[in-house]
Amino acid sequence: MNDSPARLPLRTAAAVKLGNLSSTLSQKMGLGAGGMIGGRVALKLDPQALGHLTQGRRVAVVTGTNGKTTSTMMLARAVGALGEVATNHSGANMPDGHVTALSKQPDAPYAVLECDEAYFPAVSGASNPAVAVVLNLSRDQLDRVGEVRTIERSLRDAISKLRNCTIIANCDDVMVTSAAWNAAKVVWVATGTGWHHDSASCPRCGSPISWQGEHWHCTGCDLARPHPNWITTDEAMITPEHQKLELRLTLPGKFNQANAVMAAAAAYAMGVPADEAVRRLRGVSNVSGRYRTIQRNGRSARLLLSKNPAGWSETLTVVKEAHHPAVLVINAQEADGRDLSWLWDVPFERLQGRTVIASGERATDLAVRLTYAEVQHTIVPDPLKAIDQLPQGAVEVIANYTAFRDLNARAAADE
Amino acid sequence: MSESTVQIALVLPDLLGTYGDFGNAVVLEKRMTWRGIKAEIVPINYGQPVPDSCDIYVVGGGEDTAQTLAVKHLREHPGLQRAVTKNAVVLGVCAGIQIFGESFTRADNVTHPGMGLIDSTSHAGGSRAIGEVVAEPADGLFAGPLTGFENHQGRTVLGPAARPLAHVKVGTGNDGSVEGAVQGRIVCTYLHGPVLPRNPALADMLIEWATGTKVAPIDLPAVTAMRAERVRAAS
Repeated sequence: MNDSPARLPLRTAAAVKLGNLSSTLSQKMGLGAGGMIGGRVALKLDPQALGHLTQGRRVAVVTGTNGKTTSTMMLARAVGALGEVATNHSGANMPDGHVTALSKQPDAPYAVLECDEAYFPAVSGASNPAVAVVLNLSRDQLDRVGEVRTIERSLRDAISKLRNCTIIANCDDVMVTSAAWNAAKVVWVATGTGWHHDSASCPRCGSPISWQGEHWHCTGCDLARPHPNWITTDEAMITPEHQKLELRLTLPGKFNQANAVMAAAAAYAMGVPADEAVRRLRGVSNVSGRYRTIQRNGRSARLLLSKNPAGWSETLTVVKEAHHPAVLVINAQEADGRDLSWLWDVPFERLQGRTVIASGERATDLAVRLTYAEVQHTIVPDPLKAIDQLPQGAVEVIANYTAFRDLNARAAADE
Repeated sequence: MSESTVQIALVLPDLLGTYGDFGNAVVLEKRMTWRGIKAEIVPINYGQPVPDSCDIYVVGGGEDTAQTLAVKHLREHPGLQRAVTKNAVVLGVCAGIQIFGESFTRADNVTHPGMGLIDSTSHAGGSRAIGEVVAEPADGLFAGPLTGFENHQGRTVLGPAARPLAHVKVGTGNDGSVEGAVQGRIVCTYLHGPVLPRNPALADMLIEWATGTKVAPIDLPAVTAMRAERVRAAS
């Protein structure tokens, strides 16, 4: 194992220099955060840049439908115990974002890369990862990303080609288990979370999947829940050495406990002791603005991001605990997916009796869903104005991708 | 179960529920309940026999393997086919239009037998049709326009026994010119959204067929606003 990255070929070095320059210019001119443009320029000049930039580093790639950004941040924190880590923090999770992150920290011996599911085959193929984390797979942006089974199949093919990589896989998710089933090296994590609505039938043979409590098996082939190496329990985890470690996370919700255990298992595979990994990732509190609370005219609004039915279902569980009014913000831009049919897969009925405002560019679509869920609501398309219309006190704001991004940027500008 | 309760069978939601089509059953149930008509949703999951005693059957869209499995199940447990002979109302969405037909041929050129409920055949088109659709209901079946979101590879050709549901103004539908199918009391469409929240007049038409009584319109401002927004966005 090398302690520092390999020297870059001349072409890559020049591409990186020009790329970094474009990032800086983009930031200075106020055009963007510079998270992608640098990488885009570098990849144009050197299409092999990702392979060259990862050479000699220990790389972890994190993918899945939900929790990528949080898990990546947790894993990067944990791997920080071993040395400097290059990572793409801001959700810029396609190759241009990876190249930008790696270019900015050319000497970091470790890299933790959040990767869009659709780009996993290309990125894992180019970066020779030591560890790949597959969190969960569920329906998301069907018009852009495609159907879950197509994604599962492409991950399965990509994983079967990785010979020197340890796959960290969620064995409570049928799709993830199938994708990692034939991996050369795999560590199974029982996360206690999984969206079962996309896995009534086996992704491999089409037969029904049978569930008995947490255990599941395919009734037609040998796919079945593997024996887990790591187990998530209530607020704690059990390591492969049967050590119980309290999680005590700053972030709320069961799904963040799942993210934490996946990150801890991945850090362990990278060489970080389990207790040290947990101690480090526990500190993650604000993931690109998610979970943070903004103060506005006597209202303190917690900002939560949810992008798809599985994510919304988990988030509604979190906000259910407190009986605060809620602002729900829905857009349907390209990056969100243009088809809002998925709103009907979200159990909004849970918000009955609550003060709710429908907001965002597609507030009326949401209002129709809430009407049929018999949830009283008003429509205020601008989310900041919606917060202002609620009584002073705590407010929960749940927004999907571009709605969250825009709201977060406006809130940050106000502060 | 009381004789007077309208039973809405939600057919194989675990296989054919990829696109929020559960919403179609919710809309039928609520629009009846709000009018004082007793209604309930009866989910029929994979592995369970399909009853022939329900009044309305709602079938959603699904991925390829799930769709194949659904046809197999529905042929082995032909409750839906028996219900059709007893005049039940059926809504088939997306995969529905393909599996209700005589046959459907996938991109891999393998032809699968359908359920033979609709005089149609489906085959894989060159490109995936994705986007907003606006269409004018055929023969003034219900108040238009018909709006929805399509996302499908299949193209469908109707035989003489099936009529189109609507004529396409924006989008693709069956073939770029007509959308969906009507045969007896079976209605098929490629449209998601889901289709019934988007098109309350279509929902009420199915309710009138099932109950045999005229229903008064329900004024839902959010629905009116959404329909106007979607039609504007499509054109």
